[in-house]
Amino acid sequence: MEHRITLRVDGTERAVTVDSRTTLLDALRERLGVTSPKKGCDHGQCGACTVLLEGRRQLSCLTFAVAHDGDQVVTAEGLGEVRGDGGLHPVQQAFIEQDGFQCGYCTPGQVCSAVGMLDEAEAGHPSHVTRDLAPPGAPDSPAPLDDGEIRERMSGNLCRCGAYVNIVAALRETATASRGAS
Amino acid sequence: MTTLRPRAVGTPLERLDGPAKVTGTARYAFEHPVEDPLYVHPVQAAVARGRITGVDTEAAAACPGVAAVLTHRDAPRLEETGDEELAVLQSGRIAFRGQLVGAVVAADAETARHAASLVRIAYEDERPDVELRADRDDLYAPETVNPFFATDTGEGDVDAAMERAPVTVDVTYTTPMEHNNPMEPHTTVAVWQPDSPVRLLLYASTQGVHTVRTALAPLFGLEADQVRVISPHVGGGFGSKGMPHAHDVLAALCARAVPGRPVKLALTRQQMFTLAGHRTPTIQHLRLGCGTDGRITAISHDVVEHTARIKEFAEQTATGTRMMYSAANRRTSHRLAALDVPVPSWMRAPGECPGLFALECAMDELAAACGLDPIELRVRNDPPQDPETGRPWSGRKLVECLSEGARRFGWDRRAAAPGARREGRELVGLGVASATYPYYASQGSEALVRHEGAGRWTVRIGAADIGTGTWTTLTQIAADALDAAPDDVTLHIGDTALPPATVAGGSSGLASWGSTVVAAVRAFREQHGDDPPPGAESRAGTPENPDQKKYALHSFGAHFAEVRVDADTGEIRVPRMLGVFSAGRIVNPRTARSQFIGGMTMGLSMALHEHTVLDPRTGQVVNDDLADYHIAAHADVCDLDAVWLDEEDPHSNPMGTRGIGEIGIVGSPSAVVNAVFNATGVRVRDLPATPDKLLEGLDALRA
Ligand code: FES
Ligand code: FES
Repeated sequence: MEHRITLRVDGTERAVTVDSRTTLLDALRERLGVTSPKKGCDHGQCGACTVLLEGRRQLSCLTFAVAHDGDQVVTAEGLGEVRGDGGLHPVQQAFIEQDGFQCGYCTPGQVCSAVGMLDEAEAGHPSHVTRDLAPPGAPDSPAPLDDGEIRERMSGNLCRCGAYVNIVAALRETATASRGAS
Repeated sequence: MTTLRPRAVGTPLERLDGPAKVTGTARYAFEHPVEDPLYVHPVQAAVARGRITGVDTEAAAACPGVAAVLTHRDAPRLEETGDEELAVLQSGRIAFRGQLVGAVVAADAETARHAASLVRIAYEDERPDVELRADRDDLYAPETVNPFFATDTGEGDVDAAMERAPVTVDVTYTTPMEHNNPMEPHTTVAVWQPDSPVRLLLYASTQGVHTVRTALAPLFGLEADQVRVISPHVGGGFGSKGMPHAHDVLAALCARAVPGRPVKLALTRQQMFTLAGHRTPTIQHLRLGCGTDGRITAISHDVVEHTARIKEFAEQTATGTRMMYSAANRRTSHRLAALDVPVPSWMRAPGECPGLFALECAMDELAAACGLDPIELRVRNDPPQDPETGRPWSGRKLVECLSEGARRFGWDRRAAAPGARREGRELVGLGVASATYPYYASQGSEALVRHEGAGRWTVRIGAADIGTGTWTTLTQIAADALDAAPDDVTLHIGDTALPPATVAGGSSGLASWGSTVVAAVRAFREQHGDDPPPGAESRAGTPENPDQKKYALHSFGAHFAEVRVDADTGEIRVPRMLGVFSAGRIVNPRTARSQFIGGMTMGLSMALHEHTVLDPRTGQVVNDDLADYHIAAHADVCDLDAVWLDEEDPHSNPMGTRGIGEIGIVGSPSAVVNAVFNATGVRVRDLPATPDKLLEGLDALRA
């Protein structure tokens, strides 16, 4: 069954007709020609399709497009656009400097996941390895972001090229820079 | 031999394709914009052995939006090429579960997938035979092992030497079936263009566009120049995209069924487990004998592995053992069982990777048996020339790698006795292993160099960047050859419309293409001098390297690992890994380090996680996705680093390189498993080293 929906993709309003079985990922890639999010498994197992949906990281292969009429989607391609300068996001810049990728296929997903992850940590969300949960009364203090935290929080994004140590270096650098600045 | 004066070469240039990769705008095969495409969904055999007795495509064909349904009954006939893997939909015979038996072409992917599920196929099937055992009575010796090595070798009398040796190790190791699993699935977009000189246009995810063209053109009765393959960016391959597979042919067959319309085919992750190659499981019998001084007198390495019934792939598992250590008495052999399994193929360092897992664990066992430090044992058996061919090494710096690594890693902190270091709940151990990989360079590439005027150049060659960094490193080589800055050179790769290039396999890519580019620049200077007019161009092929027949050219490395094993649960964590490599000149330290650590990460993954399970009753891959086939994730990889010796190989090629794509995975699993022994006293001889394999030993340690 076909549905007409509207998505706001990387800052631009896009109307699209989707089958009720069309995932958000396929709507972006096959119907809108937005191929920045990648399909690695189509099953929520690899993270390559990660986008920011309404500001939070989301596996776009695991959700149907029809459920997102009117939603805002940001892909790795639009990160700069959405920030307003059109340039590379600091996370992307750090990926290039640290060589946080090889084939690049997992990369847009890693980048979006990282941007979402840094926000989550900033907002105080604990992870599986967070030792001290925010004390009562201070729920919004940023969560710690050491290497172990970064690795845990990024573990939904697989990289078969094995760029993990460089990705962690890139995110360590970005997290330190942004926390130092704030 | 080394003639290139390095200026850009050796500098850590950032990847030229970096911005495109981090924004996701680099186009992979499935992402090239095509007009009004149709989508293909394959139908796979539900039995592993037998033949098709009935086909019912009525329901599928009746789905609105379906443009074509293909099965062996109506698919276009292909020319015979002798390659049964590629003889797609040409007969009703089934040789493995998951083999392609049909396809649906439809207006959208959802419809194609649904309609494919409606295709009914009836089979007459027999119980498949998929179990590899060393005591099978149908093992056979292949004519050669991949790519061209002798199946068996022998020198002296291993049995007699083992008899006499005061210290011996006689053990069997197994490695499981494993899958390459590049993150980008195997995808092909095909257009059959009846009215164009390019009859078949393919956007394919491949390690070699010309390799695909060479294999596919004759199948379709076409000349090479009637097929064009485009592949500028590839989302990893690790060997699985080194040769075209059945899905490439299926896409082309489907395109032919709907002339003029592009068809898009992406294998699902699950389909990749049967249609895109895999590493054979191996059973490896290792025997080592040495004197009390640790000098090895006998080595034998006998390998049993599987291949598919429809196509032979004989992994060269024991070849590393032929050149690794000195011994007067030596023997290697390979035996295959042809089973009802998918077609095995290249997976990162075929041969050396599983083979050195066994050899380097056996060396650790031998060191323990004769009471020597494992590094010292290797030093004592370092051969002055290649024991196999007698040729001088072009540069064997294994001992340097081992000692440099020992210093950096803090090897002196390793407790000689296993199970001796406990910190809280954790048992801590250190392990070491050697690595090696042969230098391959292929003949057959050509490069075209053109002066665009004003000091700008273009270089054209149909090479591939599968994550290896070719866009950047080949530009660096071209820049140095031209005496120009990398910024002034525009490289074109990944298209058969460019001069031909050999496959990105065997870590041979940059050596083969780089020396070709250097030769083309030399030809250019000879023809056009130092002040060429705009538009001047020259073309040259890969030069011969006479040194390759005079010297033994191999890379070497040393891996170090620290493991921490939970004394109660057996969970293994690897907080530190270090690789030290001797691989000739490093063209780009930034991208090179990535290749080394990428290989080591895959080695860690092989050591702890990777294992494809075939159901013996049905021949089905049980764990055919990334939730069940585990690969290393962020949380598995901690402080992992790679360094290298500063050197150049005087005999390899004008750049002095030796290839780095594969050596990182060779030996790294052994370092981890040897560290597990040092931590716990438990020898894990069958990969992967999962906690269950340690529990009994941990109980014993407690007792
Ligand atoms: S494609 Fe969505 S998680 Fe893999
Ligand atoms: S860069 Fe290739 S999979 Fe991550």
